[in-house]
Amino acid sequence: MGFYNFKKKLEEKEPHKDNMIDNLKKLETYLNSELSIKIQNSLIENNELLIEVDQKDLVQVIQFLKSDDKCKFRQLIDIAGVDYPSDENRFELVYLFLSHENNNRIKLSIKFKINQIINSITKIFPSANWMEREVFDMYGIKFKNHPDLRRILTDYGFKGHPLRKDFPLTGFNEVRYSEKEKKVVYEPVKLEQNYRNFDFESPWEGTSYLKEIKKKETDGKKN
Amino acid sequence: MVKKTKSLNLNFGPQHPAAHGVLRLILELDGEVVEKADPHIGLLHRGTEKLIEQKTYTQALPYFDRLDYVAPMNQEHAFALAAEKLLKIEVPIRAKYIRVIFCEIGRILSHILNVTTQALDVGALTPSLWGFEERETLMTFYERASGSRLHANYFRTGGVHQDIPIKLVDDIEKFCKSFPKIIDDLEGLLTDNRIFKQRNVEIGIVSKQEALDHSFSGVMLRGSGVPWDLRRSQPYEIYNELDFKIPIGKNGDCYDRYLCRIEEMRESVKIILQCIERLPKGPVKSIDGKISPPNRNDLKQSMEALIHHFKLFTEGYRVPKGDVYTAVEAPKGEFGVYLISDGSNKPYRCKIRAPGFSHLQAMDYLIRGHMLADVPAVLGSLDIVFGEVDR
Repeated sequence: MGFYNFKKKLEEKEPHKDNMIDNLKKLETYLNSELSIKIQNSLIENNELLIEVDQKDLVQVIQFLKSDDKCKFRQLIDIAGVDYPSDENRFELVYLFLSHENNNRIKLSIKFKINQIINSITKIFPSANWMEREVFDMYGIKFKNHPDLRRILTDYGFKGHPLRKDFPLTGFNEVRYSEKEKKVVYEPVKLEQNYRNFDFESPWEGTSYLKEIKKKETDGKKN
Repeated sequence: MVKKTKSLNLNFGPQHPAAHGVLRLILELDGEVVEKADPHIGLLHRGTEKLIEQKTYTQALPYFDRLDYVAPMNQEHAFALAAEKLLKIEVPIRAKYIRVIFCEIGRILSHILNVTTQALDVGALTPSLWGFEERETLMTFYERASGSRLHANYFRTGGVHQDIPIKLVDDIEKFCKSFPKIIDDLEGLLTDNRIFKQRNVEIGIVSKQEALDHSFSGVMLRGSGVPWDLRRSQPYEIYNELDFKIPIGKNGDCYDRYLCRIEEMRESVKIILQCIERLPKGPVKSIDGKISPPNRNDLKQSMEALIHHFKLFTEGYRVPKGDVYTAVEAPKGEFGVYLISDGSNKPYRCKIRAPGFSHLQAMDYLIRGHMLADVPAVLGSLDIVFGEVDR
């Protein structure tokens, strides 16, 4: 039978990749020495450098990353919001930067509580304008000193923040054209059948409800 | 007596043919001069990122076809690379070549559409009629490989879905031999055309620094003279083994960007020909049975294969915990996927970085002080597709 089951590890054969990792390591030590207290955590994983900073140091650190001669992260690639509803610091923002000169990328992450207002970086990177608007639209995170913080992707008059984990996939409102009223009308979502989210997690390890029962049993034994 | 002048607000779109989709552009005009442009986007927002969070990795892939629907496979590529990076699996060499062939076909598809519709926007009808004929041929290549012309769903984590027929390789080669002639024809219509030049030269100029500040990528960046192409500077797949050049503009205006796109098509043809020449034999998807489904034959004979097949199409594969950002040089610029996995069979978060989003953002700064008639020209050279801008 020509059916195999093994994993081939990705080998670092290509020289440009080796160089990139070396550069990242150098950059990590450099940043840690220059910004010592401001960097809460830094790690290289999957050939990518991630640094964590406190939200109040955000603007300073980004200014440093952009203007410092050894960093030269002159391009903001994207701002990604992440929602961890069970964590104390519920939201995470990941800023992705690119340096053309050094051919490097860096990820900068801040974690903060709900209702925390974050400093806008539109003064440093004009392109952050829409990215921050998108984060505001999707997660409801507010930015201080943003020139024009409006919703961007959702409908006019939309309520709620769709990418939060507690926002239902089906949403709350649906639209249709009403022949009677001769205009588009908004109505609460009516589904013939509820959205079904099957739990396909491996039966050999037990589906999630079984796992919970098992966990309770083992916890009970421990006590 | 002082005469009071009032600026005129003009609503451009969302149903304007030159808006390249559903863009609502609110223009503030002083006579014919644009004072301010406020693009309203999101009319095609489908919540792709939210949907992907609810689907397994295999099910998430087709959503990428629907982003930039002009070059579907380039988008799939970014997602497949992201999942592969997290899973730490190697893609078979033949699959890499096939992927590159189809990514370059996607690039040609996208550039033909852009170049010809830009010409259409400024008043030339013929190029689009010629160009779309070639697009149709290219889309039949898509169809013969994947089964559909547009929403291919062809790339998989660990390779591509199926091997391509031998006859298809011959036909792609034949196309590549004849296509440069078509580019020459298109150029004959446009490059030295007086009207086309009047509408594009020194319109929508972007300086190097501004291109960087506004997060431009792809042709928008290269047109301004920044030598940056991910295929060369951060090569993925087999691009570092291929011989191709990166065209770079000088003035950063609409005309330079047009020239860059034309040259990129020629380079893409070269890349495809090289790939076809070297196309090795072998498997086209990962041989790891925990990630890629077994073939039909195994399915009917081996119990283990049957179990794997069932598990892969219900539960899907689990991706190790971690986060990763991968970017590919899509026709429109840097298309990236920032993927966070929590170790389960569904992505925890999948942020899509669409190049068009940053490009359209700069619309206000690009168009200020230009005439109203330049709006379609600038918009055309930005290469906007609303599937990816609105996501």
